[in-house]
Amino acid sequence: MEKTALDIDKKIYTINVYSENIAGLLNKITNIFTRRQLNIETLSVSASSIEGIHKYTITTVTDEATVDKVTRQMEKIIDVLQAHYYLDDEIIYQEIALYKVPTDELLNGPGIEQLVRKHNARIMEVNRTFTVIELTGHPEDTEALYAELSEIGLYQFVRSGRIAITKSPVERLSNFLANIKKIADKRND
Amino acid sequence: MGKEIIKGSEALMRSLIHEGVDCIFGYPGGAIMPVYDSLMDHTDTLHHILVRHEQGAVHAAQGYARTSGRVGTCIVTSGPGATNAITGIGDAMLDSTPLVVITGQVASSLLGSDAFQEIDVVSITQPISKWSYQIRHASDIAWAVARAFYIAGTGRPGPVVLDFAKNAQIEMTEYEPFNIEFIRGYNPWPSISEESVQEAAKIINAARKPFAVVGQGVELAGANAELLALIEKADIPVGRTLLGLSALPSGHPLNKGMLGMHGNLGPNVKTNECDVLIAIGMRFDDRVTGDLKTYAKQAKVIHFDIDPAEIGKNVKPTVAVIGNCKLTLPAVTALVEKNNHREWIDSFIPSEVKEHDLVIHSELYPEQGPITMGEVVSKVTEATRDHAVLVTDVGQNQMIAARYFRFTEPRSVVTSGGLGTMGFGLPAAIGATFGAPDRTVCLFCGDGGLQMTIQELGTILESGAPVKIILLNNSYLGMVRQWQELFFNKRYSCTPMINPDFGKIAEAYNIPSRRLHLREELEDAIREMLTTDGPFLLEVGVVKESNVFPMAPAGQDVSVMMFDC
Ligand SMILES: Cc1ncc(C[n+]2csc(CCOP(=O)(O)OP(=O)(O)O)c2C)c(N)n1
Ligand SMILES: [Mg+2]
Repeated sequence: MEKTALDIDKKIYTINVYSENIAGLLNKITNIFTRRQLNIETLSVSASSIEGIHKYTITTVTDEATVDKVTRQMEKIIDVLQAHYYLDDEIIYQEIALYKVPTDELLNGPGIEQLVRKHNARIMEVNRTFTVIELTGHPEDTEALYAELSEIGLYQFVRSGRIAITKSPVERLSNFLANIKKIADKRND
Repeated sequence: MGKEIIKGSEALMRSLIHEGVDCIFGYPGGAIMPVYDSLMDHTDTLHHILVRHEQGAVHAAQGYARTSGRVGTCIVTSGPGATNAITGIGDAMLDSTPLVVITGQVASSLLGSDAFQEIDVVSITQPISKWSYQIRHASDIAWAVARAFYIAGTGRPGPVVLDFAKNAQIEMTEYEPFNIEFIRGYNPWPSISEESVQEAAKIINAARKPFAVVGQGVELAGANAELLALIEKADIPVGRTLLGLSALPSGHPLNKGMLGMHGNLGPNVKTNECDVLIAIGMRFDDRVTGDLKTYAKQAKVIHFDIDPAEIGKNVKPTVAVIGNCKLTLPAVTALVEKNNHREWIDSFIPSEVKEHDLVIHSELYPEQGPITMGEVVSKVTEATRDHAVLVTDVGQNQMIAARYFRFTEPRSVVTSGGLGTMGFGLPAAIGATFGAPDRTVCLFCGDGGLQMTIQELGTILESGAPVKIILLNNSYLGMVRQWQELFFNKRYSCTPMINPDFGKIAEAYNIPSRRLHLREELEDAIREMLTTDGPFLLEVGVVKESNVFPMAPAGQDVSVMMFDC
């Protein structure tokens, strides 16, 4: 199938969103994707390093104009503090995957040590029926190990959403909070 | 002032009074009864207008907010009361109207159990409100109400929903007035980039054919004078959106008319000829732009808006001047040189002449045949010396009123632009009489739309709201019929209307009325309507199958307009 110009411009974007810890915000954020018929590829939500502030890491495949509009619509939501998007080369990112495989098949296979070393994986649990292997890495790494273990047979496979840290020396959230404090102080004068 | 221990419902009353609320549009029910009970103790400060349907409460609050510039307030019950309010909330969201809508809710202990009249209001309203919040404890009330009014009324205004659980209405709480002046995750005063101001001024100074397109943002900011200062200094002709019609007096020499689908030919044509397009407080709605691929492609675009999410949403600007235009306009004006664009401004004339000859003359001054909508609108605006508030419903009546009503004062247009809500007009006009009590409020509506909220005649009966209702009766869902004529081979599917005797209905509500279809009677009937104290229904039988022209068909080049079928 021929690719349209739009498809060619589409890339994976990682969006970092910071918000107050208030119920219902996740709904509002995901609504923005739904309305634009954008797929959320991965999503992970957790407390951030700053007390009371939540962090969402969302990945989506789209073009820059769209991701730009989407982040601005997120920042428009009351109690969302900041939203920024990044390309893969602007961030350090990881995902985690767990594989549950039959132990006897694993033992009959080409060699556990080689497998673990090659993929930089870890064994979390071994018993007579199954073994749980853990891998952290990029999606390609997760998929490479998946391909190899599928041949042995997989009981279960789960992977997390992406988490990411920016490579930039500028800390946007800290700057924002410092700035906002200045505005608040000025208004209280 | 020390803290007092009072009931939650009483805390709501105190909080509303603290926000300066003087007028509430609402309807009671089980889950909001404690609030209505407390309301009885405050009838001297909080004037409650009992509507006849919750949709009417929200539209009335919209009419109040749009004319007064203040936040409109509604109170409704849970479940069906809340769902009836949804249309109005959505309408206010799309048209940036500041509202606080308080909905009753079942007690917190019952939430999530499908209790009687429980509906998940916060989830339903999340995508159509600026903020929605559930008050589950009385201790939250002062904070939530302060936040609601702050969010609704600042920045780009919009509707806020407070879902008020019944237990929180009954619980006792310590009350102290609460003020909010700052929210970390919400910045209604974006700082103005000096660079953008300079860049905008530079582009305007270099322009030979500048054209300003102005929207409701100017009215919301109260920046009418600031707009005048810019356009007069730089000599820039102006086109206005439907919601921005009274941002500039109609008679101003730089006013070149209305933009968009049923706007004037000149501003639509010139959008695609100008070298600089200066958009001020408008959002490039598709009814204004038509096909974006052919919209102002030749021009540099400057976009003034308070909402960063509007920048580049539809049209990518060369420069964005983000901020409140009450501040950004003067900043740019200071750097703009005095200029003269006589030749460019005169170039609008051929389009004006063409539109006048092909459409306007026959619409406003027909010599035979039934009365036209345009004639009625033109005679009413004349009789009010262009000082009235115009409220419209939706359809042909709306477009003709927008095209031919004239304005001299700010905040004079109340119409449903973004949502296009039939039934908006009557309740919005009632609200407008409370928002602008010293002005004449003229409602133009159609035979279809009036019947969507006709029960609000009961609200007029009770409150005496002096709405001048001008019913342009064409016995059709006219605007849909027009599209059927133009695009569906004249197959009039479900658009002819079998109508009641509207005069009898008015009579039942004790509202004086007059019905006419003869041109000779029109002026006298308008005089009678305007000199009668209080409400009046003027029903005019107009041309049945008439079309609003010119028209730029949906999704096509807006500068290419149709003049006939
Ligand atoms: C609630 C709602 N339902 C349907 C429509 C679609 N609609 C737009 S204009 C129109 C016809 C309006 O007829 P009428 O009120 O008689 O006004 P006219 O166009 O004849 O002046 C309709 C049905 C709408 N805008 N709103
Ligand atoms: Mg009609």
